[in-house]
Parts: sequence; structure tokens; C-alpha cells
Amino acid sequence: MTLADTEIAPPEPPRYVMFWRRYKRNRAALLGLVLFALVVLMALSAGIIDPGDPLRRAGEPLTPPFVNWETPLGTDQLGRDVLSGVFYGARISLLIGVVATLVAIVIGVVIGALAGYFGGWVDDVLMRITEAFQTIPNFVLLLTLVAIMGSKIEWITVAIGIVSWTAPARMVRAEFMSLRHREFVDAARNLGVSNTSIIFREILPNAMPPIVVYASVIMALSILMESALAFLALGDPNYASWGNMIGQGRAVLRSAPYCAVIPGIAIILTVLSFSLLGEGLNDALNPRQKK
Amino acid sequence: MTLHMPPILSYALRRLVQAIPVVILIMIGTFLLLKLAPGDTVDALVGDMGGADAAFIARLRAEYGLDQPVWVQLWRYMVKLASFDFGWSFVYEQPVSTVLMERLGTTLMLMASSLSIAFVAGIVLGAIAARRAYSATDNLISVLGLVFYATPSFFLSLMLMLVFSVKLGWLPVGGIKTIAAFYTGWDHVWDVVRHLIMPTAALSLIYLAFYLRLMRASVMEVADLDYVRTARAKGAREGRLMTHHIMRNALLPVVTLLGLQFSTVLGGSIVVETIFTLPGLGQLAYQSVVQRDMNTLMGIIFLCAIIVVVVNFLTDLLYARLDSRIELA
Repeated sequence: MTLADTEIAPPEPPRYVMFWRRYKRNRAALLGLVLFALVVLMALSAGIIDPGDPLRRAGEPLTPPFVNWETPLGTDQLGRDVLSGVFYGARISLLIGVVATLVAIVIGVVIGALAGYFGGWVDDVLMRITEAFQTIPNFVLLLTLVAIMGSKIEWITVAIGIVSWTAPARMVRAEFMSLRHREFVDAARNLGVSNTSIIFREILPNAMPPIVVYASVIMALSILMESALAFLALGDPNYASWGNMIGQGRAVLRSAPYCAVIPGIAIILTVLSFSLLGEGLNDALNPRQKK
Repeated sequence: MTLHMPPILSYALRRLVQAIPVVILIMIGTFLLLKLAPGDTVDALVGDMGGADAAFIARLRAEYGLDQPVWVQLWRYMVKLASFDFGWSFVYEQPVSTVLMERLGTTLMLMASSLSIAFVAGIVLGAIAARRAYSATDNLISVLGLVFYATPSFFLSLMLMLVFSVKLGWLPVGGIKTIAAFYTGWDHVWDVVRHLIMPTAALSLIYLAFYLRLMRASVMEVADLDYVRTARAKGAREGRLMTHHIMRNALLPVVTLLGLQFSTVLGGSIVVETIFTLPGLGQLAYQSVVQRDMNTLMGIIFLCAIIVVVVNFLTDLLYARLDSRIELA
């Protein structure tokens, strides 16, 4: 028997190391991470690539891509630089994706936690409200909210959050219902810990992993919703948005399809990166789940 | 209960009854929400007329009951709604119910074709991917699914248009039928089908991706269960195993998703119908938002809610039929 054979298990590597080991096992998730990094890089460097307003006239209208190095990806019918629009569009997409997802998760967690923790009539009332939100087509509700509140980017972001919280609410509720009678919760309750503390400090951390994974889905859907709104010319006209570029590109689809194709590819790659990230997170956070 | 009903039916009916307060909640919420919007119907009317004097405006408000407190207006609206009276559309100068009924058929046709294609293709591809898990076929199908999922329907619509209408000239670029062609019989049917091909493709691909992913996971899970192993041990062939043992149980989560997603598909039809100028509810929803035709918008939301409730009812029945283990107490 050597010294290494004692009963003391070797120390487990820190959590983030374990997380990364599990994450990187999924090669598609690694590709997602690279794509995601690329989009973030685009968003951050937009001001360096083109310090001016992306909506200004930058060159001769409808210059095709790879002709003029001033505007490498060409210009649209108003002479706006497509490359610059794609970079600034990444900012808007990421910003709206992240903030709308936070809004949706916060609403969903609060409603789901209250419904699942208290049960009874609280659960009944909150679930009827959730069903009401699930029954209205969310894009119809989104259009209605934008019609009422206007097309300012802040409102659009909040409105996307408001139409996206139902799925996380249901997930949190289910987790709370299965966790609320476990020993550690009873123990906390017997020690006189308040309901608020039990909900947010004891149960919520245990209910979070599936929500974190689902956040990537909400993020992807938020970006799709924003681009659809902008495509329909209901987005904020003061910002470059991929959806809006595609909507404008529709007018010159016959003669200059690149105006719509380039931002379209940007959306596809961004949404793809979130889906792949979600899969990696799922592998890393729920390792016991059967593949 | 003296009435004898199969338990499945009474369960589904109970859920249907539970949906009534939800629909009422939706309508009250929407009504109050739209009251927050700046300007009312009279403002829109007067704006169209190019202005009017204050006495006339006040008389119009009184005529439409807009001078009453919000609660009274809400009560009147709900009472009328109970008899399917949605009020008057000032944009179309017709009762809202007439406008809605004219548009309903096109939307239902688009949704039925999109969802059935997405459903059938999704479960077939998902089952194939699951049976050949981690093979090249599976990888190809999974990658396709991810790309379909990430492609916005409006972008896909434009690309389809670019290829099949602009470049190849095979398919019409919009509308539901060729104007002034006056086709009859099968020519008419074929004409409508040709107009629906691209919108259907654009709307169905993202749902195809959903069903495909869920079906793959579901088949892989069910295929591992003991009863499937037993059947295999007893010498059942793989093909028979799939059709007789795995499929039925693997379909359950997919059917659930189908019911849940119906309202999302209705939302998606807004973009697709607007692009392909299909005269359906989605296009109407977009126009009534842009033109602030609130009565029509409320009517659409009500109709959508009813459609979703009915579809969920049908899904419950289908679900119970598929899964005999469900206790419908």
C-alpha cells in the first residue's frame, strides 16, 4: 500500500474547471462559443470599424460588395455601409437579447416561485394569468404593446421580455413544487427563516440550472422577435438593426440581393450560436441528464 | 353524475370549461391595455376627417359610449362579445366579425398546411436521426434542424421569393390566387396551392426543427425502456419495433408541443402573411396595429384565443387516445 492509497479522495477541481471540462466535451458547443465570441467582438468593435453614424450615407448607393474598400460589403440603396450596419446591428441584437431575457427571467422566476412555493389559490390565480399570456399569440401581443408604447428601443426590449416569461415561470414553478417539501427547506422553516429567504436563498439556487439553459432559448427568440419587428418597420428607426436592413433590402431584392442576404446570415449565425451555447450549458450544468 | 361520459371526454370538457375564465381574463386585459393607448376611435375618425369642432367630437364620443367610465365601457364590450358582436371596424367600414370571417379561411389553410408538414417531416426525420444516433445521417439531420431553427421566417420568405419567383419564375410572389384569372374547379385549387407553397415552407421550417429535436430525444428515451427491450428479445424486427412499440409513446411529448405551439404559429403567420400579401388574420393583425383599428385588433385576439382553446381541447383528446396509461380522474 502506497501513500497515495489513503481514504482521502483527491481534492475535486474547482467548480468552474469541472464546468469547462464538461462544456468542452461537446464540440458543437465549442463552435457556438466561437460564434458567440465573434458576435460580441463585432458589437464591441463597431465604433472602431466605423466611428461615424451607421445610418449615414457612406458611399455611392448600391455599390456591390468587394468593389470599394471604403465599403467592403457594399452599400444599400441609400448609400449606407452594409458592413457597418452589420457591426452596429450586432450591438442592438445582443443588447435586446440580453436585457429582454433578463426581464423575462425575472418575471418568470417571481411568478413561478410564488405559484410553486405557496400553491393553493395563489398558484391558481398566477397559473390562469400565465395561461392567458400563453394563449395570446406572443407576436400579436408584442405588436399590440409596441403599438401602445411606441417604437422606442427601451420599450421594445421590455415588451419582448413581457411576452417571453411564461415558459420560465412554468419551469420554476415545477422545480419549486418538487423542492418545497424537501428536508433542507423544512429545516430552514423550522429554524424560523422567512418565506422570502427560503424562496430566494434556499430553493431558487437549486431551481436555476434548467432556467440558465432555457435563457439561451429566450435570448435566441428575443433576437428573432426584434428582427421581425424591425423587418416590419416597427422597430426603433434610430438604430441600425439586422431586421430593418433586411426589410429595406427587400425593395432591391431583385437587383442587389446582398443587402438582405448579409444581415440575414448575421442573424442565422447569432441565433445558431445561442442554440449551441445552450446545448453546452445543458451538458455542463445537468451532467446526469441522459443524453 | 347521471350522465355517462367516457372519462377522456369529461376530462377534456373540464379543461375546456377552465379555459373560459382565461379567455375572459385575456379580453379584460387587452381592453384595458388598449385604453392606455393614446387616442381613441373618435380621435382617429376626426383625424381622418381633417378635424371637427368640439361639440361634434363630444357628440361622437357619447354616441360610441366613449364618454362613459372605463368600467362601463368594459362591461358593455364584454356583454356584446358574449354574443360574438365585435363592434364596427372604422377602417374597413364593416362589422369586425365580417372582416374576420373573410380572413379566417386563408389563415387556417396556411396553418394547417404548415403544421402538418412540420409535424410529419419532424417526426419522420427525428425518428430516423434517433435510430441512427451519432451517425453521419443523424449529424446531417441535426445540423439542418439547427439551421432551420435559427433562420427567421421573414428572411427565409425573401430567399424563397428570390429563388423561386425572381430567378426561376416558378411560383407567384404573393396573394392567395391569381387576380382576374377566374379559375374554376381543379384549376382554382391548383392556383391556391401554388400560392401557398412558399408561405407554408417559410412558416413550417422552424416548427419542423422543434418537432425534429423533440422527436429525436423522445425516441431515444423510449427505445431504452424495458418493454422495448423485451419486445426485441422476443424477436420483434426493428421496423415493427419502431411502428408498433416505440412510435406511440415517443409521440406524446410532440403532440403536447403541437398544442402548445399553435398560438406561436398564429403569431408567426403575421410576418409570413404580410410578406406574401396573403389576405389572412396575420396580415389583418399587422394592418390593424399600424392603422390603430382597435376593434379589429381585439376581435383578432379573441378569435386567436378561441382557436387556441379549441386546439388544446383537440390535443387533449388526441393525447388521451395515444396514451392509454393516462388516468383521467
